[in-house]
This record gives sequence, structure tokens and C-alpha cells, in this order.
Amino acid sequence: MAATNASKEQKYDRQLRLWGDHGQEALENAHVCLINATATGTEILKNLVLPGIGAFTIVDGHTVSGEDVGNNFFLSNNNIGKNRAQAATELLQELNSDVSGNYVEESPDKLLDNDPEFFHRFTVVIGVHLPESTCLRLGSVLWSASVPFLVCKTYGLIGYMRLVVQEHTVIESHPDNALEDLRLDQPFAEFKNHIQSYDLDSMAKKDHSHTPWVIVVAKYLAKWLSEHNSQPPKNYKEKEAFRQFIREGILKNENGVPEDEENFEEAIKNVNTALNPTKVPNSVEDLFNSEQCNNITSQSLSFWVMLRAVKDFVHKEGNGSLPVRGTIPDMIADSQKFINLQNVYREKAMQDAAAVSKHVECLLQSVGKPPESISEKDIKLFCKNASFLRVVRCRSLAEEYSVDSVNKDEITSCMDNPDSEMVFYLMLRAVDRFYQQHSRYPGVYNYQVEDDISKLKLCVNSLLQEYSLNVNIKDDYIHEFCRYGAAEPHTVAAFLGGSAAQEAIKIISHQFVPFSNTFIYNAMSQTSATLQL
Amino acid sequence: MNLLLFSLFREKKRRRVVELTEKMVVDGGTCEWEGRWNHVKKFLERSGPFTHPDFEPSTESLQFMLETCKILVIGAGGLGCELLKDLALSSFRNIHVVDMDTIDVSNLNRQFLFRPKDIGRPKADVAADFINSRIPGCCVVPHFKKIQDLDETFYRQFHIIVCGLDSIVARRWMNGMLLSLLVYEDGVLDPGSIIPLIDGGTEGFKGNARVILPGMTACIDCTLELYPPQVNFPMCTIASMPRLPEHCIEYVRMLLWPKETPFGGRKSLGLIIIKFDMRLTRPLLTNGVVLDGDDPEHIQWVYQRSLERAAEFNITGVTYRLTQGVVKRIIPAVASTNAVIAAACATEVFKIASSAYISLNNYMVFNDVDGLYTYTFEAERKENCSACSQVPVDLHFSPSSKLQEVLDYLTESASLQMKSPAITASVEGKNKTLYLQSVASIEQRTRPNLSKTLKELGLTDRQELAVADVTTPQTMLFRLSFTS
Repeated sequence: MAATNASKEQKYDRQLRLWGDHGQEALENAHVCLINATATGTEILKNLVLPGIGAFTIVDGHTVSGEDVGNNFFLSNNNIGKNRAQAATELLQELNSDVSGNYVEESPDKLLDNDPEFFHRFTVVIGVHLPESTCLRLGSVLWSASVPFLVCKTYGLIGYMRLVVQEHTVIESHPDNALEDLRLDQPFAEFKNHIQSYDLDSMAKKDHSHTPWVIVVAKYLAKWLSEHNSQPPKNYKEKEAFRQFIREGILKNENGVPEDEENFEEAIKNVNTALNPTKVPNSVEDLFNSEQCNNITSQSLSFWVMLRAVKDFVHKEGNGSLPVRGTIPDMIADSQKFINLQNVYREKAMQDAAAVSKHVECLLQSVGKPPESISEKDIKLFCKNASFLRVVRCRSLAEEYSVDSVNKDEITSCMDNPDSEMVFYLMLRAVDRFYQQHSRYPGVYNYQVEDDISKLKLCVNSLLQEYSLNVNIKDDYIHEFCRYGAAEPHTVAAFLGGSAAQEAIKIISHQFVPFSNTFIYNAMSQTSATLQL
Repeated sequence: MNLLLFSLFREKKRRRVVELTEKMVVDGGTCEWEGRWNHVKKFLERSGPFTHPDFEPSTESLQFMLETCKILVIGAGGLGCELLKDLALSSFRNIHVVDMDTIDVSNLNRQFLFRPKDIGRPKADVAADFINSRIPGCCVVPHFKKIQDLDETFYRQFHIIVCGLDSIVARRWMNGMLLSLLVYEDGVLDPGSIIPLIDGGTEGFKGNARVILPGMTACIDCTLELYPPQVNFPMCTIASMPRLPEHCIEYVRMLLWPKETPFGGRKSLGLIIIKFDMRLTRPLLTNGVVLDGDDPEHIQWVYQRSLERAAEFNITGVTYRLTQGVVKRIIPAVASTNAVIAAACATEVFKIASSAYISLNNYMVFNDVDGLYTYTFEAERKENCSACSQVPVDLHFSPSSKLQEVLDYLTESASLQMKSPAITASVEGKNKTLYLQSVASIEQRTRPNLSKTLKELGLTDRQELAVADVTTPQTMLFRLSFTS
């Protein structure tokens, strides 16, 4: 029975504070496909079921083995011999009654043979421990259908993830350390007027000490400009002089001792960032120059229509700048001064968003779509995040695996350090090759370990040769990968389970930025790396 | 140094494996099935090029893990649930878990051992039940207690302790407890007395995992500056110059609630004490009902009054969710981050218990806001660490400084961050309590000392002060160093 909205708000409270109600809605409308309910697979799914995805479907043709139960929280020993998809679905479903769980007792290869469009219905497909051939086949189907594909593997103490998505747009990237958008270097008209309404020299002490630092810097900057041929402080020496200039403005008592004016201290502290020139970030410029932005059609996603509108705004009303963000950080000030200043930015932001809206309307009209196709709310959100827009594009698996387009540079430059995480990627590729040749993984049984070392080494060498990779893989790694015997220790599976689930949530919610495109986790050293392959 | 520790571990192992092999034969192993521990065995029974130098592959290691190794998990919440699962599936069976909390509906999005029907029950109990029934043979023993309610005989029985706490104070206490168990013979640390402490922490999409070998590697207090004190809003902002919706909410919580005492109680007379510990979620009240962040009626009251306050100053943005977040100091949380950090911690527990690999040395941070980012480094021991350096920390004050200044230093310094220190010293041969806050009658009696100078209190240069505080189970020693 579905929970009421109120109890869902309570249950999901801690995560709603991260991705908001709209993020949660996206999750609840998502249908995730997991292929292979190994420990890695069920751990990933657990971290998607708990936050309340709409539905999941497990595709797995395997039967549960004793070994499976040993490392998997969502299989029990009375499932041994039963189909693994069914067994895991039961215990995963039990985690959250808001989620609807389904299973297909079939291998992905069979589905690809008989009904590849089966996979088109999913918001994201997560493939765990897929043999190379299956992975490439599935990758090709999902690429054509534009369904995001996340490939995951736990092999011994190594975790591996590969994201395959053609184009993933992010409006709300929620950057950790965003620079403020204060426009001190090019104050817009309303801001200029507001600054002019202050006369620091004639203010009573109480007002002087509670004037927002932004105003203080603006005032002193104006004075500086008039005395320095309209040139703002540029180097360290000039900025120091500017800071001193502001410091001299601190009120002094009758004995000439400077008063305690925290707002002036704030101004001095913020000089460095306050003087940053307002400019369109390079990442956004790159987006402006992309094909999707310049060629708006009736098929274009809202993201590109809005981006184009912002670009047009930048070249027209924006005078080279993005729409004003409209938020300011807290600062020492009395309530009224702060609110008034905040309103100056808010109103300008609204104005700019309205101008962008007009451009959106024009663009939609030009491709025959109604203006309501993109809401005011969405346009406002887009403008507020204009500096932080991100687009993630991953190469297809076909490109990664093809001899013609393999990323040799990335591989060889990483392998300048023979112990870099890249060696694990190469070993995983070699192990896949071993599986293709011998229909088993190296070193699964104790008696195989020693002999398999030389067999695996042959696979390593053939791999390097095929791709003309002039790198050296130490024998120790080949030995280690035989030692692993394709084991899937639970703690490594669990690490990957958390990592992969959050990447899937990013894909589903379009909030926060997914990795691109290969992630390797090394549990031996507790290190990781993101590679572009 | 690590080698000594691990060889002693293995000594403990060897002795007990003999006892156990006999026990296993008797038991008959009813909860095993074919292949159950295949994934684990490869790391215990095979040699490899990256194993710990002390590692010896053995079929007996699994028995040690299953039968002998005793792990303590502190916390059965977001990290605790994950840790219990991870350890149980890594062949640990003798696990104890301590947690003083009961289950709340907001836990259910990530604390997966709990269900709606469990709301109100102790976390430790429910978690233990769940693991024991899902993982045959696993024996999790719950303790519905505060960590401070357990003593050194309890903690001494464990091979490894792993923490999934949500409080720095509790971490420091645990840290202090394990330091107090260390045995020194002729100034040399006995490795057998070291209990490794694995500590995990998460907040939103960020987390960290660290390995502490008490007495050998950086302890919690060595790196206290990594957790700077939480900055609270200045009182004048809250009282007369609000700018943000948060300021309005804090106004209602700290000033309006004690004044109006809604939901019962007499109105407080006279002045409200302004300078009190703002980290408390409950204002100090001598009469009236204390604000309960978990009571929706209370939060609703605060929310309405906050809206009124905000309207007075033309501030927008007060919502019910924000109100609750500010009152309860809520930290956002998701399942995924807890899964990652707990997994990293459990991997370290496995490495140390089995000697299979060299353990993390010694601190890993994780952040998956933008892609996935990890950074691993060796946190260094602090030479004059107040917790683990064994040398009394010097306190530099002039004899004419007031005791209040010493108190302020103990609470405000980034390296000490004490909560409510009680200071005693030996004056003229007698042990004298200079100031103690936690017992009202003693607080009243010793309060005048705060405005006395150190000289007036009879304290001398190079004299030791003993300080007790919630952040440590043992008294901390300081040495007064008079400046001129």
C-alpha cells in the first residue's frame, strides 16, 4: 500500500534536503533495470530502493548458488537452486513498500536475441558482471535508444564502473564552492542607483557599521576608479593598497582609535573575490559554441532551447554577461539595508529572466512549438544556474573497444606510472579476454591459480598487442588477478553499490554531476581514479 | 611498528584456533552450506604479491574470523546498519553493537534494518535481530546504552572497534577510552594493549574513513582542527538584526519560546540568560516545557512564529522544512554515502583481522557531488596532542588572568574544543575544584572563582590542572605556564 504524502515526506526528509521535491518526483517516476543480481547488483539496487525509485526490474538467468548466498544480503540459503532474479526481488522489494519490484528469469543475451526493445522502457539500465560480448551488444542497443547504461563490476579488491550516456544535461549541478555573482566590476543601473543612495561620509555610526560590505566595496571602488584612470586594482600590490584604502574608512573614536566595524572587516576580507571580473565561464562558452545550441529544431531538448535563449540574451540585453543570479551571501548589516540590497539583485534577476523568457518564446515559435512548452519556473531555475550548467557526454562502448578509436593517449600516459589505477582497467579487459577464450575466469579453483598466471599473461599480451599499447604490466598484477579467482568480496561490492546507485540517481534526477566515463576503485589502497576511455 | 601489532594479533589467533577447532567439531556447523565463504576464503587461503608482510595463507584463518574475532560496532544508524551487514557477510560472527537511540521515521530512507513497525524501538535491538535472522550463524549482541555507560572491561574484550557515530564528542570519548586501555612497560607501549579504531563519518554526499592505532598513529584529537567548531549566528543578529529566514527561526527557538513557554509551564521571570551554549538544541529552562524538535506541534508553533518574525522584517523563505532543519540541526543524509563509507571501514576491519593486506594509512575522504572523488593521506600525530601525547599540555596565562579566561580557552581553542570542562587543582596540598558546570550546586559555589585571578586562587607556575569533560573518559592534565 502506497504511503500517504505526509509520511513519505517524513520518511524521505533527509534526502529531500539534498535533491528537493522535484528530484524525488523524478526518482519516483523512474524504472531501473538491473542485470544480474550478484552482491554488487543487489547492493546497487538496495541504495535505489531505499530512496524510493518508482520501480525496478531484475533480469537474471542464473540460479542461486551457495556461493551467491554467502556474500549477498538479499539471498537466503533456502533460495539455493531457485532463479536468482526472483529470489533477490523478494528481499529487495521488502525494503520499501513504495517501490514496485519485477523480475525476468532470462539471460540478457536471450532478451537481446528475442526482444531487444525490452530495454527501451527503462530510465537507466545497470549491467553487473556482464561478459564482454553481452556488454557490447547491450551497449549498442541502449546507445541507439538513448537509454543511459551503467556497467559495474567487482573483481577481487577492484571495483569498476563505466557510464555510457550520449548526452546528459545538468541544470542543477549544486557546485560546492560557487563564486558569488555580485557585479561589482560592472554594476547594472539599478545597483548603481542603490549604491548612490548611500553617503558613507555623512552616516551615523550605527548605520555606518551596518552597511553591507558590498556597498562599502562599491563605494571605495568608485573612488579608486576616479583616482586611477578607471583602472580597478589588478595585482597584489594594488589590491593591498585598496584594502588599506577601505581600512582607512573605518570610523575612529575621539581618540583616533579605529572603532570595531565588522562590516568593514568583511569588506576587506572579500576584496579579492569581489574584484573578480564578471564573465561567462569557459564551460558555458563551450556550451554556447556547441552544435545543439546553435541549431535549435523542434526536436531540441528544453535545455538547449533555454541555453540558446541565454546565449542570445548575453549578446543583447546582457551586454556580454549572463542573467544576474539574484542571490547574495549573508553579511553583517541591519535587516533593512540587507533586504534592500538583496531586492536590488532579486529584481534584476527577475528582469533578466523575463528577457530570457522572451528569447525562449521566439525560439519556440520559430520551430513551431507553443510558448507554454517551457514554463516560467523552469526558465527561472535555468537562469539562476546559468553559471553552473554542465553537459556530460560519454563515448560509446563500441568506440572504447574499437582498435581505431581506443584512447591510446589516456592509457599510455596513465601507465607512465605502472601502479596507476589504469593497470586495473587493463587487467579487467585481459580477464574478459581470458573468459572469452576459456569460458571461465582465471584462478577460480586453488589448483588453477598457478597455471592460469601464464595463461592470463598471454591474454594481457594479446590485448596490448591488438591495441598497439606500448605499456608494461607488472607480473604482480597478473598474479594478483589470478589470486582473486573472480571473487566478489561483499565490502567491495558494497562500496561500488553506494557509488553506482548515486550515479544512477544523478542520471535520473538530472541533479549533481555524473562521472565520465570510467571509475576504478582499489580497495587495497583505498584509492580511486576516474578515467576517460 | 605495525608489524609488532600484527604479529601479536596472530599470536592471539594461534592460541585460540586450537581451542576452536575442537569446538567446531562438536558443533557440527548446522548453519553452513557448500561454498558459503568462497568469496572470503580466497583472501585468507591464498598467497599473493600485495599481502601484508606478516600474512600467512591458512585454512584456519576463516575459523578465527568466524569463531574468535570479536568486533564492536558503535552506532546502529546510517553507518551502523551498513557496518553490521558488511561485517556479517565478511565472516565475522561475534559482533556487539551499541546505540542509545530509538528508531524514527526519518531513519527509514537509509537505515535498512528498520521498518515502519519498528518505530520507537531501540536501534541496537532491532538491528541485531535483523542481522541474526538474515545471516545464519551470526551473533550480534545489542547494547541499548550510551557508550559512556560501558566501562573498560567491556571495551577491552574486542579485537577491533569500528565507529559509525554522528557526534564528535562521542568520537573523542571513544578515542580517549581506547587510549586509556594502553599499557606502557618502562615507557614502551605494549602492542597487545592496542585496539584498532576504525572511524567513519558522513554528511550528505561527503564522507571519510580512517584507521587509528591508539598510541601509534594520529588519534581523533590529533586532527581536531579538521572539525572546526560549528559557527552559530551572533546573538545580536538573532535578537535585533535578522536577515535570513534561519535568523528568524533561531529567534523563536532561543528567545521567544522561553519567554512564551507554549504548551504549559509558568512564564519565566526576569532576564533570559543570553550567553549559553548555542549547540544545545534545547534552551536552558528552569520552568516551562522544553522545545522538542521531534514534536510536530512544537515545530508548527515555531514555524508560525518564525513566519511572523520574518514578515516584520520582509524576509522570505521560512518554510516548515527549514524550521525543522534549523531547530534539530538536521544534516541531510542518503543511503549511498553511508554504504560507501561503511564499506571502506569494513574492508579495513577485514584487513586488520586477517592481516591479508596492509591497512589504510590512515585517512580517506570521499565526495560524490561532482563525479566521484577520493583522497587518501596520512594524518600526522600531533606532538602535544591533549589526548594521546601523554605529556600535560601547557597553558600559557599570566598570574593576573582570570579563571574565566582559562575556561574560555579550553572551550574555544580549535585544538581542544571542550564542552563544559571541570577544573581541579592541588592547592596548598588539598584537591580543590576550581569550577564545575554540570552540577548546579557546585556550579553556584565555584562560579565566583571565574572572576578571580589565577594568583588569587593560589595557583603557582608549572602547577598541574586536571580537567574533566564529556569529550574524554579520563581526566586531562594541563600544566600552567605563567607568562610575565
